[in-house]
Amino acid sequence: MVIQVKGAKPSRRNFLKAAAAAPLAAAAGSRAFAQDADPAIVNKQPWNQYLGDGVDARPYGMPSKFESDVVRRDVPWLTADPVSSVNFTPLHELDGIITPNGLCFERHHAGIAEVDPAEHRLMINGLVDNPVVFTMEDLMRFPRENHVYFLECAANSGMEWAGAQLNGCQYTHGMIHNVMYTGVPLRLILAEAGVKTSGKWILPEGADASGMTRSIPMEKAMDDCLVAFKMNGEALRPEQGYPVRLVVPGWEGNMWVKWLRRIEVGDQPWHHREETSKYTDLLENGQARRFTWEMDAKSVITNPSPQAPITHGPGSTVLTGVAWSGRGSIPRVDVTIDGGMTWHQARMSGPSMDKSMHRFYYEFDWDGSPLLLQSRAHDSTGYVQPTKNMLRKVRGENSIYHNNGIQTWYVTEEGTAENVEIS
Amino acid sequence: AESAGFGLGRPALEVEVAAWDIDIRPDGQGLPAGSGDVWTGEEVYVENCAMCHGDFGEAVGRWPVLAGGWDTLERQDPVKTIGSYWPYLSTVYDYINRAMPFGNAQSLEPDEIYAITAYLLYLNNIVEDDFELSNETFLDVEMPNADGFFPDDRADTELVAFSGEVCMERCKDSVEITMRAAVLDVTPDSEDGAATEAV
Repeated sequence: MVIQVKGAKPSRRNFLKAAAAAPLAAAAGSRAFAQDADPAIVNKQPWNQYLGDGVDARPYGMPSKFESDVVRRDVPWLTADPVSSVNFTPLHELDGIITPNGLCFERHHAGIAEVDPAEHRLMINGLVDNPVVFTMEDLMRFPRENHVYFLECAANSGMEWAGAQLNGCQYTHGMIHNVMYTGVPLRLILAEAGVKTSGKWILPEGADASGMTRSIPMEKAMDDCLVAFKMNGEALRPEQGYPVRLVVPGWEGNMWVKWLRRIEVGDQPWHHREETSKYTDLLENGQARRFTWEMDAKSVITNPSPQAPITHGPGSTVLTGVAWSGRGSIPRVDVTIDGGMTWHQARMSGPSMDKSMHRFYYEFDWDGSPLLLQSRAHDSTGYVQPTKNMLRKVRGENSIYHNNGIQTWYVTEEGTAENVEIS
Repeated sequence: AESAGFGLGRPALEVEVAAWDIDIRPDGQGLPAGSGDVWTGEEVYVENCAMCHGDFGEAVGRWPVLAGGWDTLERQDPVKTIGSYWPYLSTVYDYINRAMPFGNAQSLEPDEIYAITAYLLYLNNIVEDDFELSNETFLDVEMPNADGFFPDDRADTELVAFSGEVCMERCKDSVEITMRAAVLDVTPDSEDGAATEAV
């Protein structure tokens, strides 16, 4: 493969970090006989000899202390303030499709509201026959459903519109999580109030100090939206809207109103701040798309990636990543290791559900030469994930939201990886 | 109509609906009675808003810019403000009322919000300095970028174009790296104390 590197070299700091990871590579290769006995085998370890904690030591368990790097991270320069801001899911450390609750990225506009469920109410008003108020106890008496859905921030990968910027899939793709929600179909709750025939839109509103509101067409409200109170089996985390949030499958995360306290029914959209000033997509001609609700098919290779270099040297190598589509499921993902000259169909593993994450793998024998890795998702509508340049041709570079372009990682001979763009 | 449901919940009282239903629409639905002029607005704005948004809506630090940016939407670095970008005045009133000042939301009276809104219109060269905004004059104001938005058209411009057969073999002869994140070097790491890269 011919890879020509243009532009300046990486900074010295990054080079040193890369070098530090390299020595491991020397030990790799084909299976070899050990010269000396492995102390991990021949020496007794403390956990072989001494007693561990009892069952009463960890009433709510946390990950092993050896996993302390697996955390949400933020990028302070992205926002004016950490209260109306975002952090990122560590996708490069996860596998399968379910995001652990404590690692689900956060996006708040006025911080984490700490709501007492006993004091929380959900009001339905507007164009309904019977304006109604529910307590949490009331909501728990409706029939429930369980669904696994991804929630992706409309701005996920938004910093990458003008080019490769942040080094790691946590930062470029980590405004997403995928959990099992338990909740009540919104249509059952609306039916309790009785939507008038003139009711064409809903306005969900949050109880936090941002008073988050979005206009959602009635067709979507009646289709698959949920009023959810559990995620992955337990109560919503406060940062995810405890005690109750709206679930809007396949649609941009901003619409999944947290700390849901009111839903108004109306005959036209409200054009509030989060659907005019924000979450509208400016194109090159100065005109902006509004109501860009669906999140299009997208994928990213999570390993190898800049935060997850290859440390084992040449030989058997596992490439893996995630793919998702707001318009359906992901029957197929293609991957390339040579920058798109040749593509291979990846192996999908795990459940395939509508508007949920899918896990893919591609196992290959790395010869130790540089790699240019990409993944390309196909969704169940036949749509194929475009390149960033295909998107820029239609939209320019200023639309901020909805960047689902193909991501490239450049893997060096040392196994380190970098976020790049290629021809 | 009769409730076809489960008999859950209880009727919302009018006073309860009034307490929570504060949203405003472009057609003026939801606007409370009240008024405020530009110069009153300047006083209220300087006291409540200027520390973040600047005396003239130009913003302090990374806080949002509220005024200016006219004719920048086609530029490489557009400045999207109330005057240059927002399509509806109702959104200004609604958002200030529900979410501002940041950290002390829903603390302003209707007359104060009308006055701040009038001042923001003045800062954006949309009204003269003697302008008074009220629930009765509200719909007379035309926002410069009212026609700047159109509904999602991806179904026509992208979905079909991005569907179909894909190349699997011999798709190109060579590949060139055109941009590198490591050159920019803005990703947080341990030296910033904010985050640690696993490398």
